[in-house]
Amino acid sequence: MTTEMVRADNVHKSFGSLEVLKGIDLVVGSGQVCCVLGPSGSGKSTFLRCINHLEKINAGRIFVDGDLVGYRERGGKLHELGERDVAKQRQSIGMVFQRFNLFPHMTVLDNVMEAPCRVKREPKAEVRDRALAMLERVGLGAKVGNYPGQLSGGQQQRVAIARALAMRPKLMLFDEPTSALDPELVGEVLDVMKGLAQDGMTMVVVTHEIGFAREVGDNLIFMDGGVVVEQGAPRDVIGNPQHERTRAFLSKVL
Amino acid sequence: MSDNTTTERARPEAIKAVPVRHPGRWVALGVIAILTAMFVHLLVTNDRFRWSFIFLEYQDGKRGVMFTEPVLEGLRGTILLTVSSMAIGIGLGIVIAIMRLSSNRILSSVAFVYTWFFRAVPRLVLAVLFGNLNILWERIGFGLPFGTQIGKLFGLDGFDGQFYSIKASDLIAGFVAGMLALGLSEAAYMAEIVRAGIQSIDPGQAEAAVALGMSRGQVLRRIVLPQAMRVIVPPTGNEIIAMVKDTSLVAFVPVTFELWFQLQQVSARTFVVLPVIVAALIWYLILCTVLMVAQYFVERHFSKGYGAADKARQRLRDIQVEQGGRITRTGEGT
Repeated sequence: MTTEMVRADNVHKSFGSLEVLKGIDLVVGSGQVCCVLGPSGSGKSTFLRCINHLEKINAGRIFVDGDLVGYRERGGKLHELGERDVAKQRQSIGMVFQRFNLFPHMTVLDNVMEAPCRVKREPKAEVRDRALAMLERVGLGAKVGNYPGQLSGGQQQRVAIARALAMRPKLMLFDEPTSALDPELVGEVLDVMKGLAQDGMTMVVVTHEIGFAREVGDNLIFMDGGVVVEQGAPRDVIGNPQHERTRAFLSKVL
Repeated sequence: MSDNTTTERARPEAIKAVPVRHPGRWVALGVIAILTAMFVHLLVTNDRFRWSFIFLEYQDGKRGVMFTEPVLEGLRGTILLTVSSMAIGIGLGIVIAIMRLSSNRILSSVAFVYTWFFRAVPRLVLAVLFGNLNILWERIGFGLPFGTQIGKLFGLDGFDGQFYSIKASDLIAGFVAGMLALGLSEAAYMAEIVRAGIQSIDPGQAEAAVALGMSRGQVLRRIVLPQAMRVIVPPTGNEIIAMVKDTSLVAFVPVTFELWFQLQQVSARTFVVLPVIVAALIWYLILCTVLMVAQYFVERHFSKGYGAADKARQRLRDIQVEQGGRITRTGEGT
């Protein structure tokens, strides 16, 4: 029995006069992996950033685990959430960025320990044990004392995944996690993500890795021009695209 | 394959070539050597420097002018003034920089007006102004704003709404006036330095921190400022060193508790001019040298994660990323 982890209802987002999202609907069940495909500028990264309220949406609703993201609805009126409440919501949503965004002035271990210690104020010894276990899991047990600048891109991205997992999120967002990597380093990051999916983590993954989407994804959506053009099981969408736009895109990336 | 071929072939003889000659360098070296010799000769043989006046005894039974009690007192004053006005400058500067970067229009314009005013007014004029500020008010204290006017409104004549006040000439005079003039002016410059530092940090850093659930204050304290320090420290070192020297301006407040003023007093008493100036010069040299050494260690502290070798590697990687996402593999294969 899957429950809804993410629900987006008719989401609109504009930057000034430029409308980037023009009514996105999406449901991601608990424990499912949803892959988002689309050409650059199609709004897929923006949509992902809306899910943890890094971008404010202009219309529609986004729910994560039943909670409205960024707002509170009371008496038919929307109230913007304060900084503290938004931060609270984000604690249970992990995010991994294209450019890793590790904190370069902290060691790998400190990167992972920072948020559980400072945000959740968990006991340091406990966090340390958990962080070491996380880093071991992503295959970086030997690099805990290094600074991010001393690691390869693939290693940095795996640290970034461990950093997000250390907050014990119920949902993980991946924003083109392998796009800034050397081709030979992509595999190690995808392997970690596959492991996560097998363990039942709910994931929304913006990616260009068609193979990953086909193998790991439960659901695939193809976006273009701020709308969802096509969605369904990855095998069907990739193997037998219904729309001209999807076919054109897939013929270029496959 | 290629490895095999290189090991089979004999390694050619190492290159031994006659290096390019640089006659210009030798000429320059000669000129510099002669000038240095002339300078040292001047220092040693010209007895108008009166080195014993500076170092040993400037009057019968007294120490050299550098080490006499009033001058040492002035030195303490200069150090204290530098430290306190820089503390005001850095603290207030950070606040103003954050205000300047705020999305609130009013806060950012207030910060802009502040930096505009204090950067436009010369420090010397500011020092004199602060020395005379007590002309404006007789007493300064805490209380209701517009207390007297409110009192009149309700027909209370003696009412001024003050809880606590002291005489203005006691509060803003001498040392405090000098400290405020230098500190407030410094805050304007520090604000610009801090702003540049904060803006130099990749917005992705703050984004990643916020996505982890950190508050805005935590992001600033834990993530942005520590990284911005690498950009902030070198110009701040400049500012501190400039401040050591600018403390001599407060002689016009007037503040007597200061190195240059005290040395001038000696000059006025003894009618000895040049050696006194040289003594001041030596003290300023010593103070600034200490500061430069301190700066070296502070810079080293804040460049954690950016070691010299790392830095080169990082730059290489950045260039490669910009040129199409190639990232050098380091450490793993070795």
